[in-house]
Amino acid sequence: MTDLLYARAQMGLSLAFHIVFAAAGVALPVLMVLSDWKHRRTGDNDYRKLSEKLAKGTAILFAVGAVSGTVLSFELGLLWPEFMGRYGEVIGLPFSLEGVAFFTEAIFLGIYLYGRERVSPNLHLFSGVMVAVSGAASAFFVTLVNTFMNNPSGFTATPAGPVDVQPLVAMFSPGWQYQTAHVLLSCYQASAFAMAGIHAFILLKHPGAAFHKKALSVALPLACITALLQPLVGDLSAKHVAKAQPVKLAAMEGHFHTEVGAPLLLGGLPDVETRTVPGSIGVPKGLSILAFGDPDAEVKGLNEFPRDTWPPVAKVHVAFQVMVGTGSLMALLALVTLWRRWRGREWPHGRGLMRAWLFAGPLGLVALEAGWLVTEWGRQPWIVRGVMRTSEAVTPVPHLAAPFFTFTAVYLFLGVTVLFVLWRQVAGTLPGAADGKVAHGH
Amino acid sequence: MPIEEVLGFAVAGTFVLYALLGGADFGGGVWDLLALGPRKAEQRALIARAIGPVWEVNHVWLIVGLVLLFSGFPRAFAALSVALHVPLTLLVLGIVFRGTAFTFRAYDTRGDAVERRWGVVFSVASVVAPLLLGMCVGAVASDAIRMQGHAVVSGFFASWLSPFAVSVGVLTLGLFAFLAAVYLTHEAHTPQLAEDFRRRALVTGGLLFPLALAVLLLSKEGAPRVWTGLSQTPFALALHVGTAVAAVVAFALLWTRRFRAARVAAATQAGLIVLGWAVSQAPYLVYPGLTLRSAAASPVVMRLLLVALAVGAVTVVPSMVLLFRVFRPQPPGTASGAQETTAT
Repeated sequence: MTDLLYARAQMGLSLAFHIVFAAAGVALPVLMVLSDWKHRRTGDNDYRKLSEKLAKGTAILFAVGAVSGTVLSFELGLLWPEFMGRYGEVIGLPFSLEGVAFFTEAIFLGIYLYGRERVSPNLHLFSGVMVAVSGAASAFFVTLVNTFMNNPSGFTATPAGPVDVQPLVAMFSPGWQYQTAHVLLSCYQASAFAMAGIHAFILLKHPGAAFHKKALSVALPLACITALLQPLVGDLSAKHVAKAQPVKLAAMEGHFHTEVGAPLLLGGLPDVETRTVPGSIGVPKGLSILAFGDPDAEVKGLNEFPRDTWPPVAKVHVAFQVMVGTGSLMALLALVTLWRRWRGREWPHGRGLMRAWLFAGPLGLVALEAGWLVTEWGRQPWIVRGVMRTSEAVTPVPHLAAPFFTFTAVYLFLGVTVLFVLWRQVAGTLPGAADGKVAHGH
Repeated sequence: MPIEEVLGFAVAGTFVLYALLGGADFGGGVWDLLALGPRKAEQRALIARAIGPVWEVNHVWLIVGLVLLFSGFPRAFAALSVALHVPLTLLVLGIVFRGTAFTFRAYDTRGDAVERRWGVVFSVASVVAPLLLGMCVGAVASDAIRMQGHAVVSGFFASWLSPFAVSVGVLTLGLFAFLAAVYLTHEAHTPQLAEDFRRRALVTGGLLFPLALAVLLLSKEGAPRVWTGLSQTPFALALHVGTAVAAVVAFALLWTRRFRAARVAAATQAGLIVLGWAVSQAPYLVYPGLTLRSAAASPVVMRLLLVALAVGAVTVVPSMVLLFRVFRPQPPGTASGAQETTAT
């Protein structure tokens, strides 16, 4: 492997790791505040217990997210100094505002976690709301930076770097509204599905556990709403990509040749040598409809673009299929669940449905990671699309294998540890567990 | 004042605040490692309670400083990231292990071997990170980082492993440990614990004098511009006098057990030391090629960054005041065990 590949692998690993914790840091506070609020409304102590458990989970995940986010802000320079040296000033504004949001999030999380006995219930709930709001704001600002890398605007490129910098234009580069909405929804969706999966698992083992039914009733609404909204936002986002980044769309769809009335290819593994997608199933005119809303629209194929500006087609296509596939499964499950909720009087917890939710628990995270891979691989070979290649941005420091393997080992270790520590938190709520007084409700 | 100097001042300000707040949290880890005597467990519990609600907030100052540096002075950020790749990577690992180990220990309390092991990871990382941070500062201050165009030509090790850089690392560690000990005298909820940390503060405070002197002497060879800056300009001399006065006052207040005031004096002393570095460094970010002016972003960027800072201050400062008020130390005897203390 070359140093460029090690640098990309290290950045990718760090982001893939951080994204999970960042998503949880955005969404768990919402779930925590919701259960807190339910406790205040119903007086049911199980909801308070749930919000305390979620707060502990938030604390652990937020801490790991904070330090892995610190790693990333250093890695921007450690791995991509030329990118930062040239474009740091162009993207500094959203990063600075993200810093502000991170500050408020950390402050109010401190008050929420440690201040339950020290501040009034209203201030406590307000702190929780502030954590949720600033978590969303910080994800919003960081996604703006990624939008800039995909659709750079707000400067004039020269060989010496950007001139005529307009930070506010750069901050809201084209497509920002779709990408930020898509990312924020994915954070809520991934976390709500994971939480629902955990409680479905316990309900399968302990069908009577009232505490976990209540927990499910907090997670399921958010999971179902986001799972149904996400395909709509995703569609808008794809339509924007079709216009703004046609080469990325072509790679996502494994679309090699420009075509009028292009078919939508499901599955398959693109082969760039033969320029075909063996193993795929074509839906006639599907791609033209999805990308442009017109069955006879022309969709540009990869053949329109110089070979050295193609993204890794197979990877982008597969990642996109995984994202869309898992997204569709989750939307389907949401529909079934909402139907059952509508027919019954409470959130359903039948065994069949619980098995489905257990299976779907990790899918939100899978879709989140896959979607992020689509946008990152799909932008290659550029770090700032059309302006700076990733290979131009990389650090001249040699032996990048060493930090790559070090961070791989560290993140593997931390990942396993977090799972272990979180599982112990959940295990404490099982019927018969030491602090499981609440497990049976009252 | 030209706008790049205002922004440079803001960057220096975030470093000062990071040293006073985040630095003290690292210092807390040092005292966790060095917990001794019959009240060993109480010392560790006090440190954990003091750091718990605030360490993540205090840590954000580093992120803000970093973001201001790469947005406001992008070329300097790029050069430093290349030249200091190795120590910064190690520093980041230290930050990761400090934070995660502290959190795992706090939220997975079982009083067993696993918890103790997290404690060791937390405290060792708390010693390593300030050392590396100080060594990076030393490397920058010593002008040992050399560039040709955009390329760094001074190698990846020599600059931060020089005797001067290492001495700055040790001084940083000592300063953070001193700050933590002084803060903890005020946080302690029993007179005995306050005494424990008073002794630690007096000893480390005493050690800071010869340490600072060693750094100054090494700078004559290792960082000539700092030496001139620190010993010859009138402003630097005034800073010196201020630092010395604050140090003596902090010592006297500790001696007479006026802990609340001692905190202020110690923070002043540490703040002036960081400021002294910034002043002796100015206007160079990486000597001689990158100055505040030559590395600066476009004026419009810098103006917007200052606006963002102002907006940030409006939301962050009142929130932070609230945080520190909620967790302000209670006088001994007024609070129950679960309700005491926190760090500044």
